[in-house]
Amino acid sequence: MRSGANRWLLVVLAALILIVIAGAILLGAPDRKPEPALGDNADRLADLPQPAMRARPASWYDPPDADQWTMQLGDPSGTRFSPLADVTAANVGSLEVAFTFDTRNARGHEAAPLVVGDTMYVTTPYPNDVYALDLTRPRPTVKWHYQPRPLPASQGVACCDVVNRGAAYDGGRLFFNTLDGQAIALDADSGAELWRTKLAEINKGETITMAPLVAEGRVLVGTSGGEFGVRGSLTALDAGSGAVVWKAWSTGPDSDVLIGPEFRPFYPAEQGEDLGIHTWNPDGWRIGGGNPWGWISYDPELHMIFYGTGNPGPWNATQRPGDNKWTAGVFARDVRTGQARWFYQSSPHDLFDYDDVNESILLDIPWQGKLRPVIARPSRTGFFMILDRLTGQVLSAAPYAHVNSALKIDLETGRPVVNPEKMPRPGRVTRNICPAAPGGKDWNPSAFSPRTGLVYIPHLNLCMDEGEIDTNYIAGTPFLGADARMFAAPGGYRGVLSAWDPVANRAVWRIREDLPLWSGALATAGDVVFYGTLDGWFKAVDARDGKLLWRHRLSSGIIGMPMTYRGPDGRQYVAIFAGVGGWSGAIVAGALDPADPTSALGFVNALGDLIHRTEPGGKLYVFALPG
Amino acid sequence: MKRPAILALAMLLAGCGERTLTVCADPNNMPFSNRAGEGLENKLAELIAEDLDAELRVVWWSQRRGWMRETLGAAKCDAWMGVPSGLEALATTRPYYRSGYMFVSRADAPLDGLTLDDPRLRELRIGVQLAGDDGANPPPADALARRGLTQRIRGFTLYGDNREADPAAEVVRAVENGEIDVALAWGPLAGWHAARSAVPLRLEPVTPWMDQGRWPMVFDISIGVAKDNQQLRRELDESLTRNRSAVEGIVEAFYVPLAPG
Repeated sequence: MRSGANRWLLVVLAALILIVIAGAILLGAPDRKPEPALGDNADRLADLPQPAMRARPASWYDPPDADQWTMQLGDPSGTRFSPLADVTAANVGSLEVAFTFDTRNARGHEAAPLVVGDTMYVTTPYPNDVYALDLTRPRPTVKWHYQPRPLPASQGVACCDVVNRGAAYDGGRLFFNTLDGQAIALDADSGAELWRTKLAEINKGETITMAPLVAEGRVLVGTSGGEFGVRGSLTALDAGSGAVVWKAWSTGPDSDVLIGPEFRPFYPAEQGEDLGIHTWNPDGWRIGGGNPWGWISYDPELHMIFYGTGNPGPWNATQRPGDNKWTAGVFARDVRTGQARWFYQSSPHDLFDYDDVNESILLDIPWQGKLRPVIARPSRTGFFMILDRLTGQVLSAAPYAHVNSALKIDLETGRPVVNPEKMPRPGRVTRNICPAAPGGKDWNPSAFSPRTGLVYIPHLNLCMDEGEIDTNYIAGTPFLGADARMFAAPGGYRGVLSAWDPVANRAVWRIREDLPLWSGALATAGDVVFYGTLDGWFKAVDARDGKLLWRHRLSSGIIGMPMTYRGPDGRQYVAIFAGVGGWSGAIVAGALDPADPTSALGFVNALGDLIHRTEPGGKLYVFALPG
Repeated sequence: MKRPAILALAMLLAGCGERTLTVCADPNNMPFSNRAGEGLENKLAELIAEDLDAELRVVWWSQRRGWMRETLGAAKCDAWMGVPSGLEALATTRPYYRSGYMFVSRADAPLDGLTLDDPRLRELRIGVQLAGDDGANPPPADALARRGLTQRIRGFTLYGDNREADPAAEVVRAVENGEIDVALAWGPLAGWHAARSAVPLRLEPVTPWMDQGRWPMVFDISIGVAKDNQQLRRELDESLTRNRSAVEGIVEAFYVPLAPG
């Protein structure tokens, strides 16, 4: 028989448990998140590298004209670094809104504006309008507004929201691309159209979302649409006329890929004839993907460009045995002829949608007693790759994100050692694949500061389950999909800003973010790093230790790229787009159903709370210190 | 400010007794629909609208990736007339037909009685369509890969080239003109194009119909509406029931190969 005292103990225990449960429910309610607290919220993991052991810009690097911002990555080596130093870690806390510009466009705004002289150039997602703003006025006014009027049908073709990653300026001309596949040059002064060249056919699923790069009088443009079976290509157009100078395909015969006698890949797996045909099922390459929809960097001394190719598609992995060259890897090409110099495949026979289109930052690093020219790549696979800029040899590879899809990168062969437990097979649910399909990091570019030698990587902390079979339907035809459901990787947070030492190949500090980071980063000579969050916080952190110095809540989530410039009044300004969308933000911009965890290719499962935390709507915010 | 007020007024006036049924339809995808209104789903929409005493409006939208989110999800229309029953993101009516994937070959080729396990497949040029979504594809494409037949496959994208008429039919046309020996194509597409083919074609169901116990080759087709629009779903269900024989007549007129069950 139970004593009275015992019974009371049980009652008290039960009450306590109820209180704890109720508390957990209340705390877990999808309430507005509290304002992020200023101060020291970074995890410190290693010391800042000593000056002698720091990565530095390429030997030929000439700091860009600090007053302007003429290309999306800031300079041809892709650093997203500005030498402006008026805004510093000491005074950034008093940054305030100088002006805003509403684009009246509710889709995802991934671009950065450009500033040339006294003019700011603003580009929007579809319908890809361009505005020139006169910065000499206290409230900037529109100098001209250009509407390319792309075909409305292109909206239905774009994979993941109708984004555009912005314009490039060179020699009095502004270059940008439209969703329906046109490269366009405008007179930067008047907004008059100089030429337009059609490079993609939306009726075949081809679109363009990337920002062009201009080098040696050529405008470089890559296609999107791997999910539709689009065979990827990069085209060089003459900047003056828009005429095609060369075109390099990502699959098919060597003559199409522009592989010739100058091609000297480092690893045997890339050596051989017509591998763009022979590493596929017969004719698989004709609809093989490999779209170069990301970033291009340029080395003026080597006359070389570096860019990545997207995932193979629309075949499932089991339907395309082989390495599927030249998808999911990096090309180095001669910008004058397009001829390939080397190729490195980061995800041979890609299983996980690991496009290799992320930025290539051109650096020199101290390596075995000498300075070695490299490209640094926070790759979609979750590995931070250091490749020799001249040969494509992998010098080091370390995971900057949580990775279990590969065990390591074999430095002998350069190939990832795939984890057999994580190989997706049709009909079997593969659980906990890390990173998830958008990778350790997606398109949003990092920044490098020569003052700290660190790369600031805005990235993801997501894993996925893949393989639950569901019926889908396109073009009147039912098909079966292996659904991906994404969720937070170990730690429970979904985004990270990592300050990465590319010489030691390790993180120096790291900031955990609740939501996935889908914005670019900017580093300045004031030792401040800027980035934004999906729920609209624009943040400034100390480049040395990650301390949060300032934040400002914008009207919509941030997936754009911060930039900085000096205005005609001599003050330093910092600009960023609000405007949630893109793959991760599609839940808000495209009004997806948060109850369907597989919409927007599985992102909704990882982001069901976002819809309560931000609204769509494109607006440029420009900040300055009080005048 | 003025325009919405006028619009609202117009809607109020028009709303007196008048009802509109807005359907989304692909402008270039026979036998399902085309802009000329000649497709199965065009005819079905006319029938249902008349039955509901509603004026029919059509929003033309290519049924490509993102079609659910961009159309029903963005309230551009009330319904798509053909979707697989039980599609997770939509509310669907009861099925009004059931079809399956078909082997399509030239009638003059000795290719009758094919199954997925037929050794003859190892010698043939086989056409399949690919949906272009990683980890997702029409079931016959995966069934052939499971049997190691990747070296015999020629892939066609489900979308084709939308500048041409009926771009999804490219895989059937490739059988007609001898580029491939056999296509594995979705029933309604195969049936309609075979009926119009210049050379006689043979259609046989892809078997086993439930491959390896879990990969169906057969699907039920319903009308799909937004998930929260249960009221319309019920009305459409009742209308389908009231007009059962007329609906069956439409399906039959388009040579849809029906699957038992």
